[in-house]
Amino acid sequence: MATNVAASEDVKKSTNKEKNTIVVVKRILKNKLAVIGLIIIFILFIMAIFAPVLQTQDPYQQSLTEAELGIGEQGYILGTDNYGRDIWSRMVHGARISLVVGITSVSIGLIGGVLLGLLAGYYKKLDGIIMRVVDLLFAFPGILLAMLIIAMLGTSLVNVVIAISIWSIPGCARIVRGSVLSIKKQEYIMAMRAVGASNIRILFKHILPNCTAPVIVYATMRMATTILSTSALSFLGLGAQPPTPEWGAMIAAGQDFMWSAPHMSIIPGIAIMLTVFAFNVVGDGLRDALDPNMELSDN
Amino acid sequence: MIGLIIRRLFQLLFLLLGISFLVFMSMHLAPGDPAQIIAGPTASSSDLEAIREDLGLNKPVMVQYVDYLGSILQGDFGYSYQTNQSVSEAILTRFPTTVKLATASMILAIIIGIVAGMISAMRQNSWIDVSSTTISLAGVSIPNFWLGTMLILLFSVNLQWLPVGGLTEPWYTVEGIKELILPAITLGTASAALITRMARSSMLEVIQSDYVRTARAKGVKRHSITWVHALRNAMIPVITIIGINFGSLLGGTIITEQVFAINGIGRLMIDAIAARDFPVVQATVLLVAGIFVVVNLIVDIIYAIIDPRISYE
Repeated sequence: MATNVAASEDVKKSTNKEKNTIVVVKRILKNKLAVIGLIIIFILFIMAIFAPVLQTQDPYQQSLTEAELGIGEQGYILGTDNYGRDIWSRMVHGARISLVVGITSVSIGLIGGVLLGLLAGYYKKLDGIIMRVVDLLFAFPGILLAMLIIAMLGTSLVNVVIAISIWSIPGCARIVRGSVLSIKKQEYIMAMRAVGASNIRILFKHILPNCTAPVIVYATMRMATTILSTSALSFLGLGAQPPTPEWGAMIAAGQDFMWSAPHMSIIPGIAIMLTVFAFNVVGDGLRDALDPNMELSDN
Repeated sequence: MIGLIIRRLFQLLFLLLGISFLVFMSMHLAPGDPAQIIAGPTASSSDLEAIREDLGLNKPVMVQYVDYLGSILQGDFGYSYQTNQSVSEAILTRFPTTVKLATASMILAIIIGIVAGMISAMRQNSWIDVSSTTISLAGVSIPNFWLGTMLILLFSVNLQWLPVGGLTEPWYTVEGIKELILPAITLGTASAALITRMARSSMLEVIQSDYVRTARAKGVKRHSITWVHALRNAMIPVITIIGINFGSLLGGTIITEQVFAINGIGRLMIDAIAARDFPVVQATVLLVAGIFVVVNLIVDIIYAIIDPRISYE
């Protein structure tokens, strides 16, 4: 009898969850911009995953006799750069670099930020010290914190990942802490404590799942910032070094050939812009779709 | 109000101390021996020892930090490893250029952003609204270093209307203004886009509020509702976004200077990071972060003046 009740409770729970997911997906699909964003992100992933298949040539292979060809010339879809390298193949591999850097550093930043946010929100004793450190990291404007870390570690793409990961931590920590502070006052958490659940169990099984919505939105928006910053740092010569086919580094290389081969810097820029745009609008869409205060009349 | 200012000033002091410690420690923990960087790869061990002695690198870390704090309070940021020039001098000669660029972009962004946002809100769903919303969405996503490169391509390389780079003439001359146009647009676009979006949404919210409807019902003139009743309340979130955005603007300055070959603080910093010139990195990072926290404090105070409901407990 008792197990039956528990089982039916479980079924109810899972259908509720599924219903919520369907509502969120429906809402996103109603948002035209978010759908465009999702399509762009899908294409990016295809490019990144199948880069070796989609490439028409080795992205590093030089051919000085075919240098600076325009778009479509001599069978090169997007032309060639000053060393005669195929720009299409370099773009495809660039998508791979951007997504790998983005996903890695956002994930590391999220793990750090979520842990710090949970601890700060739940344990009053740790709150002061953790949030002071977070405030300190917030005192560095924009990309400067990443630059300081790169100055310390040296210039390379791996160090960019480390730098941007650390830079993602404070924002995430603040968001999670805010959610934890409001969740931990709710009755079901007090009830958990009353029945003797351990702090770790309460934190990870009952509080964490309820902070996921703002964290998902933050992570999506953060992908946009991360990809933009990675290319900016590479453009400045502080990230990926030539001949790596990173989009920002490609724009920097193209700067010297603006008179003869402007497409060298135009194409990677459009790619960065579309990518950043896609993650921004999907983030916006997710925020609207996950907002529990929005009317549910649309299902 | 005075209590608020004093309290925030104290917080600022601690924040500045924290920043200086973080910057000092990150340079201290950086791999690579400063003595080796200064003396070059062929230096003998006694030479290296002499340089360490000279720079105080043999002392305990905390002593070095306190020494460092003492000297920066006297305006002494040490000497560049690369050029042996005094860092404070290098900063002083380049700082006005950076301020000029940042100010021009900020003014541009605020004017365009608020005007575009307000017109969009007043004429909601008109073609002006749709186009300004679309452009601002693109403006947030466009990488500023690429925008700068494209502007150079169009206006300097193809049309040859404006100079390719540099920012050396005084701003009040025709040449100076011509030099400033492209960098200011490059740096200001993202901020303008953000301000437009915020101004539009907050204006929309305010003109739909009860007190505006009341004002309209009792026959207050339209422009007086817009400029007297709505604007002040609509500006509060806009000022916040301008304050928050100031950090990205400072970061953007660093990038824009690189695109247009402008000899400002940002370019000094990038060169120093690439060359591992730690005293210059330390000083420039400290300066930019310092400006950022001070500006944030000012924004908070303006915020409290505009909106008397905010008391900051």
